[in-house]
Amino acid sequence: MSFDEPEQELSQFRRRVLVAGAFVMLCFVVLAARFAWLQVSRFDYYHTRAEDNRIALVPIVPNRGLITDRNGVVLARNYAAYTLEITPSSLKNVDETIDALAEIVDIQPKDRRRFRKILDESKNFESVPIRTRLTDEEVARLIARRFQFPGVEVNARLFRDYPNGSLASHFLGYIGRINDRDLKRIEEREQEANYRGTDHIGKIGLEQSYEAELHGITGFEEVEVDAGGRAVRLLRRTAPVAGNNLVLTVDLELQKVAEEAFGNRRGAMVAIEPGSGAVLALVSAPGFDPNLFVDGISTQDWEALNNSPDHPLLNRALNSANPPGSTFKPFMALAALTTGKRTAQQAISDPGYFDFGGHRFRDDKVGGHGLVNMYQSIAQSCNTYYYKLAADLGIEQIAAFMSRLGFGSRTGVDLEGESSGVLPSPDWKKRRFKRPEQQKWYAGETISVGIGQGYNAYTPLQLAHATATLAAGGVVFKPHLVRYVEDVRSGERRMIEPAPVTNLGLKPEHLAEIRRAMIGVNLEGTGRRAFAGVPYLVAGKTGTAQVYSLRGGRYKASEVRERLRDHSLYIAYAPAEAPKIALAVLVENGGFGASAAAPIARQVLDYYLLGKRAGNPAPEDADAPGDEEIQ
Amino acid sequence: MTERRFDPRRWLMLLIEPLDPALLLILSLLLSYAFVLMVSASPERMESQMINSAVAISVMWVAARMPSQRILALALPVYVTGVLLLVAVALFGEISKGAQRWLDIGVARIQPSELMKVAAPLMLAWYFQQREGMIRVREFLVAGALLLLPVGLIVKQPDLGTALLVAAAGFYVLFFAGLSWKLILPVAVVAIVGIGSIVGFGDRICQPDVDWVVLHGYQKNRVCTLLDPSQDPLGKGFHIIQSTIAIGSGGVLGKGWQAGTQTHLSFIPERHTDFIFAVLGEEFGLTGALVLLALYLLLILRGCTIAAQAPTLATRLLAGAITMIFFTYAFVNMGMVSGILPVVGVPLPFISYGGTALVTLCLGLGILMSINRSRMMSKQ
Repeated sequence: MSFDEPEQELSQFRRRVLVAGAFVMLCFVVLAARFAWLQVSRFDYYHTRAEDNRIALVPIVPNRGLITDRNGVVLARNYAAYTLEITPSSLKNVDETIDALAEIVDIQPKDRRRFRKILDESKNFESVPIRTRLTDEEVARLIARRFQFPGVEVNARLFRDYPNGSLASHFLGYIGRINDRDLKRIEEREQEANYRGTDHIGKIGLEQSYEAELHGITGFEEVEVDAGGRAVRLLRRTAPVAGNNLVLTVDLELQKVAEEAFGNRRGAMVAIEPGSGAVLALVSAPGFDPNLFVDGISTQDWEALNNSPDHPLLNRALNSANPPGSTFKPFMALAALTTGKRTAQQAISDPGYFDFGGHRFRDDKVGGHGLVNMYQSIAQSCNTYYYKLAADLGIEQIAAFMSRLGFGSRTGVDLEGESSGVLPSPDWKKRRFKRPEQQKWYAGETISVGIGQGYNAYTPLQLAHATATLAAGGVVFKPHLVRYVEDVRSGERRMIEPAPVTNLGLKPEHLAEIRRAMIGVNLEGTGRRAFAGVPYLVAGKTGTAQVYSLRGGRYKASEVRERLRDHSLYIAYAPAEAPKIALAVLVENGGFGASAAAPIARQVLDYYLLGKRAGNPAPEDADAPGDEEIQ
Repeated sequence: MTERRFDPRRWLMLLIEPLDPALLLILSLLLSYAFVLMVSASPERMESQMINSAVAISVMWVAARMPSQRILALALPVYVTGVLLLVAVALFGEISKGAQRWLDIGVARIQPSELMKVAAPLMLAWYFQQREGMIRVREFLVAGALLLLPVGLIVKQPDLGTALLVAAAGFYVLFFAGLSWKLILPVAVVAIVGIGSIVGFGDRICQPDVDWVVLHGYQKNRVCTLLDPSQDPLGKGFHIIQSTIAIGSGGVLGKGWQAGTQTHLSFIPERHTDFIFAVLGEEFGLTGALVLLALYLLLILRGCTIAAQAPTLATRLLAGAITMIFFTYAFVNMGMVSGILPVVGVPLPFISYGGTALVTLCLGLGILMSINRSRMMSKQ
């Protein structure tokens, strides 16, 4: 490799230049081939990729439908507010960004905790709010310094507002941020596209059950976007279609009267219009403020609600199944008439107890009611009459009749999560229990069922529903809270027609007999104090549901701890001759039905039929005659 | 000679006289192309790119006017200074983006590795000139050591891209000086086998827990990203994916000047610097890309001609090496932007925005012109 001769060296050099030139050509041919591959062979593919890059579909979330009561009073509405949102996927350090933002706007530790919680639950690449309801001043400050915060946006969003706070909260429900479970439901309904851009969904109550009506149809903007995802130019727009409004059968004033009548007691009340199934009021006390849930409830608020011994989140009207107590008696009497086991005039002798299978079932009245016919058995709430009747009917006949009235099955109300309660029968017991000795039905159990105790467990909604059926002459209507669905754009109304589900074919004379007895309850029986001086006729029945069994001893409400006191119940319809309203009231641990539940019913009926307001919680009638005492 | 009044033609002659017309024409075409692209990619940088160009052309003019012997005489001092600066960077340099490349000299921050792109081949050419007629294995070993010293220092920074360019520049001198094929071929074979096996076993060696020992993590990432850009579409793979989409969607004729959606909607990162070729590919299509390739080919052709006709060994070696550096810049940049080479920070010569690279490249052109002038002078 030495070059002694310059000539030789020069020609060697020139050969090398040629080699280098050839190498350059080779490399450039490779490049040219690569360009041709990308720009000619794969042009279509890359052209599409570039278009996909360029164009983005931006969803336009539709306005959610409003919810109003039958008189147009707003229960749920929307308002626009600015939110400060962070897209964590486009940030390096979320905490640093929040710290920096906290210097511009007020960000509380509570906001941070909620942000963390939503972040944990949210889908990827989603913007998560750190602050909502920004003031105009805060918005101005943020906009001015926006360039410092890529991945942070101020967005105008619609929020749900429930102007009446906790009033009617249980059936109204609330919306909340979409979580994984909601996403699955959306996918099952094949609504993913329609929920693009939607952050909230109905979680419970009407907001949940009418989600499909309320949500509306999402619109889209086809926009040209840059690499940062910011819209540069609008190409095409498809307007969203606002959700439909719901107009309810509920009278919010009546609802208010009923809720106020409960005061701070726990319980439920359902009022139904007989002959249509329209729910006039549906109370579960205590309520809660649904507004707390809209932006994601804070841990503190959640724990307060969830750990409260009053269980404010439990919808007692739909989910609290209790023995109906003596409110069961009119239905038992109807069963007796329908099956022909008793006539109205037939009287039994009540010595104050009923012996059956070596066990003594006591009446609440020491010494007994004497000679008792059907009217007296209801008006005076005589247990012995029903002990005997239950034994005569047998559990199978009782169960068969009661199931036709809707006991033990869901009413089909337009709310989700309704409990079916328990209509006891040998069949039910077999299904309910596992061990053979538990599965056996004892004849003695039939006796307790006869007075509405034992395994009986019905929701206030079921009781009200059965009472409404009674009031409507034996025609069953499906209870519903929505009167009609209104299309916002066309104004078109889709009525929820009161469709009779079945006619039970009950004899009018039997129904009249029961009605007479139930009117007697309030005229001269257990409800006479609560309904003293009432200007309309009320058919009602008091009841007491056993919470805690005092073995052998006599029950005295004042001596039992409040939470162990019996539940107070009352059912009624009025005016008795042409019923406009049927209701069931449950007051948890209220003691005797006549003392706690009946005064609430009185206030509701007074308002609905007379327009009269008490203005105070219904008084608890401490001296009310005990309608039963439990052995 | 009598005193003459100001004669514009004479001044113009004086100005143009040191410059090679062919190289000047190609340079003007490339710079015009660069301005056309810059209007689209980053119009706000037009002014500073003009200033950069003016400075670079001045540097070229000064180099072109300088006799090539005087340039070669600067080889040793420039080289020593460069190495000392690299040592200074290693000791006191500023750390930026995980690498120590810059030296703050109070007035400005300088990147001594850039200087080495010219200083290394200059030094090697000068050295071979000193040993002319006695070039044996020992000379190649010494030359190799002279090259490895700065390359090693740059690798340490770490700046693999620049190290490769400096190593390539030095290698071209060795190659033109007659480095034996027996040495070149095995290295080439090892390189091809190495690259082949990396491509072949890309999945396995790109696992996060595999340590590549000789390369830094970010260098491993660059290679792995090239092998499968879709693995990390929003991170490191984004540049390659978006630039290939830009080029591919340009088609044969391109989307038209200033009409590139990838460019104008900011999908192309670094669109005015290292990735400006993606702008060209998108807006002017295959046609525009081939025009650029042709310009580079003409430039290299002219450089090879000058090298082949250069009067002395040192000027031959230097001219050949500089020409091949132009090629290396162009090939590595276009290869990287079109997705056949890993992403290394190499600008597109004479097109990418940025003063440092443009000055270095124009200095190279000036040296070529100076070498060409010295040939014509020696003939006279």
